Amino acid sequence: MKREGEVRIPAGCAIAAIFSKDGHLVDGSRIITMIQTMHERSNGLGGGFVGYDIYPEYQDDYAIHMFFDDLTAKRTFESELFDKFKVFKYEEIPTRQNPGVVSSPLIWRYFVLPLEQRTMKEEENFMVATMLDINERIEGAYCFSMGKNMGVFKGVGYPEDLGDFYMLEKYQATCWIAHGRYPTNTPGWWGGAHPFSLLDMALVHNGEISSYDTNRKMLEMVGYKCSLQTDTEAIAYMIDDLTRHHGFTLEECAHILAAPFWSEIEKMEDGQKNYYTYLRKNFADYLICGPFSIIVGFKDGIMALNDRCKLRSLVMAENESTLYLASEESAIRALKEDVDKISCIRASEAVIYKRGEKHA
Amino acid sequence: MRNIYALNEYEVLRSDRCDTCGVCVKQCGYGVHYFDENHRLCVDEMKCVNCQRCVVFCHAHALKIIRNRNEMHHNDYWSERERKEIYKQATQSGILLSSMGSSQKQKCYFDHLMLNASQVTNPSIDPLREPMETKVFLGKKTRDVSRDENGKLILKDEAYLKLDVPILFSAMSLGAISYPAHKSILEAAKECNTYYNAGEGGLHPDFFKDKEHVIVQVASGRFGIEKKVLDACAAVEIKIGQGAKPGIGGHLPSNKNTEIVAKTRMIQQGSEAISPAPHHDIYSIEDLHQLVMLIKEATHYTKPVIVKVAAVHNISAITSGIARSGADIICIDGYRGGSGAAPTRIRDHVGIPIELAIASVDERLREEGLRDQVSLIASGGIRNSADVVKAIALGADAVSIGTAALVALGCHLCQNCHSGICNWGIATQREDLCARLNPQIGKQALVNLIRSWTYEIREIMGGMGINSIESLKGNRLMLAAVDLNEKECEILKVRYAGE
Repeated sequence: MKREGEVRIPAGCAIAAIFSKDGHLVDGSRIITMIQTMHERSNGLGGGFVGYDIYPEYQDDYAIHMFFDDLTAKRTFESELFDKFKVFKYEEIPTRQNPGVVSSPLIWRYFVLPLEQRTMKEEENFMVATMLDINERIEGAYCFSMGKNMGVFKGVGYPEDLGDFYMLEKYQATCWIAHGRYPTNTPGWWGGAHPFSLLDMALVHNGEISSYDTNRKMLEMVGYKCSLQTDTEAIAYMIDDLTRHHGFTLEECAHILAAPFWSEIEKMEDGQKNYYTYLRKNFADYLICGPFSIIVGFKDGIMALNDRCKLRSLVMAENESTLYLASEESAIRALKEDVDKISCIRASEAVIYKRGEKHA
Repeated sequence: MRNIYALNEYEVLRSDRCDTCGVCVKQCGYGVHYFDENHRLCVDEMKCVNCQRCVVFCHAHALKIIRNRNEMHHNDYWSERERKEIYKQATQSGILLSSMGSSQKQKCYFDHLMLNASQVTNPSIDPLREPMETKVFLGKKTRDVSRDENGKLILKDEAYLKLDVPILFSAMSLGAISYPAHKSILEAAKECNTYYNAGEGGLHPDFFKDKEHVIVQVASGRFGIEKKVLDACAAVEIKIGQGAKPGIGGHLPSNKNTEIVAKTRMIQQGSEAISPAPHHDIYSIEDLHQLVMLIKEATHYTKPVIVKVAAVHNISAITSGIARSGADIICIDGYRGGSGAAPTRIRDHVGIPIELAIASVDERLREEGLRDQVSLIASGGIRNSADVVKAIALGADAVSIGTAALVALGCHLCQNCHSGICNWGIATQREDLCARLNPQIGKQALVNLIRSWTYEIREIMGGMGINSIESLKGNRLMLAAVDLNEKECEILKVRYAGE
């Protein structure tokens, strides 16, 4: 059987998120309730979560989450890590036995800072390059989370079982995002599950994009390596490239990834028309075709985006303090929260929240 | 020496339905049909090129043209064609001439590539219900984002071409083809919102007003190039070579150099119009850079510069050099590309298939990080909408069509353009023959063709779940190889069907 990355595996999914608008903390049991409600949308072959602001005592350090196939991989990784980083703490990520989660790898976390001083931008580039290089090079070692004060928890199994396995009820977060996977093949590899994360950005995705090869080739030209061959990886790299390298805002990023149709652009007034024409002409190979709904988490914020034809479900609801997002309304209803009406996210219209800012 | 071995290539069969109305006599510019002194309708089969004009125009459907049934001694190696060409050269001496693209049976890679469609995991999109976008931009992409002091994006951009369909019309000169053929193509380009390419013979003054849809060519003969012409176009193409005759120049015979052709080319009427093999100011890549910049200076950086080259063995290195020389668009013409006249041996044996060229060029430009600096137009043997889709999935931004456009105008591919006699009024400058092509009707035929192909492209894209043609560019997951070997798949970067 080929592993994720050696073969391209289409997958359907469930996604959900809880975002605290005022910064209050929510424990992990809530997001498990949401994703568990959509059990039917997963098939037990992958699930995962990301929580933000979960490591307040190490908030300034990069929290590296690692999977190891064996101790040799762990030793190789650690000898490299200790050479390049100051490691403040490292430990096995606490887990409990769950009958639905079997054959887990070794799962460790490291709170680190690079030894060498760099500018913020250079440091971020260094982090991304180092971790992607480790994934590429060290057999049996895989970094699946590297942001500050946030962490990804994922694996093979139903998401609610994985949530229990990782004891997420013990974590307090300002934002939770979850994913349940329905792959068409049996990848059987923990690294392939969602969320896919890069620095403090984490992404879950439901869909199968038909522009994958066009997007991939552009990404590889600018220096990314799409080693997992998943849509999620490609979308995450595109967002990373557009925001970090080109300096686009998330709004602009959404206008590129799910650009309005020409038929709509032609009806706009000149300023808008020129803006969208500029983006579409110059960033055409970042356009995503085919069905997708994505939720992107980042420091103090969240973005939800649907494809241009609304080919995947994604609904939202909110109240004074919290924003909820889910593939299905049932997931939000299950929380029995007092929320305003539940509404559909419209095709290609990004929902973006930044804590401390009015929503766009 | 007279070629005593020459036989008529075709037999002209006339049934008893013929009422001797004489339309065939009037229609045949070659003089195949004629009335003898007793007003009997006769045929001179030696002159027939099988252009089908008389067959189409015979109201009684009394005519049939078939290949000469006479069989030479059978030999699979020394084919009749080989022997006839030797007889011709042995008796008349000279370079064999042909017209249009290679008629040889060679492997066509398009026919070995199957297209993908969505099933279950990803819905197909219905082009009748959802927008399906075929708009394409050609030119450099601006990837350096800059902002003003308020943080607003500065929408500064390079010059580019904007097409509603990923199909342009190929360069064909006034001289090679007629004025009404040019007018038909230009009018169709306007209607379909794409581009007409005037070819190397200059731009006729009648067309100056339509500059938004005109590409003019700077070729080695520099015919008809002046500031006025550079101002009357949307883009300038430097023609280094063409697929039908890579590495050699052009020759418009004096009989095709009529008044209108001569004026447009700014040369003396009735002279032999020779384009040298190379540009004598481009002996290397750095010279190309200078010409590109010269044209950009002359047009104040308002127009993209296209460089057209034939697909030859080292095409990926060549295009990578061109991309570094300031060109905005590269047109690659495969060995099936047409010509008004080309030496047969060159046409049939020089160059490489466009499918392999596009695939390797796209790959190389990406490896070099240059792919967003230049757009690619693929040409040379694009026959239908499926070829267009495949060329784009292999890495082209757009394609251009020449032969297909001429066929839409009525061309029957007798491949005798170099004679200057074209009964369809296309590849001729004879006034009586030119008058046969009505530009209004010609335009409509081309518009119909482009629209039909566009509908088909939209259907194919919808099936793939792709609603913007730009997401098809280089998307080789949409292609699967059938009956190709491993090396071919490797160059095309296409997986085998079922893999």
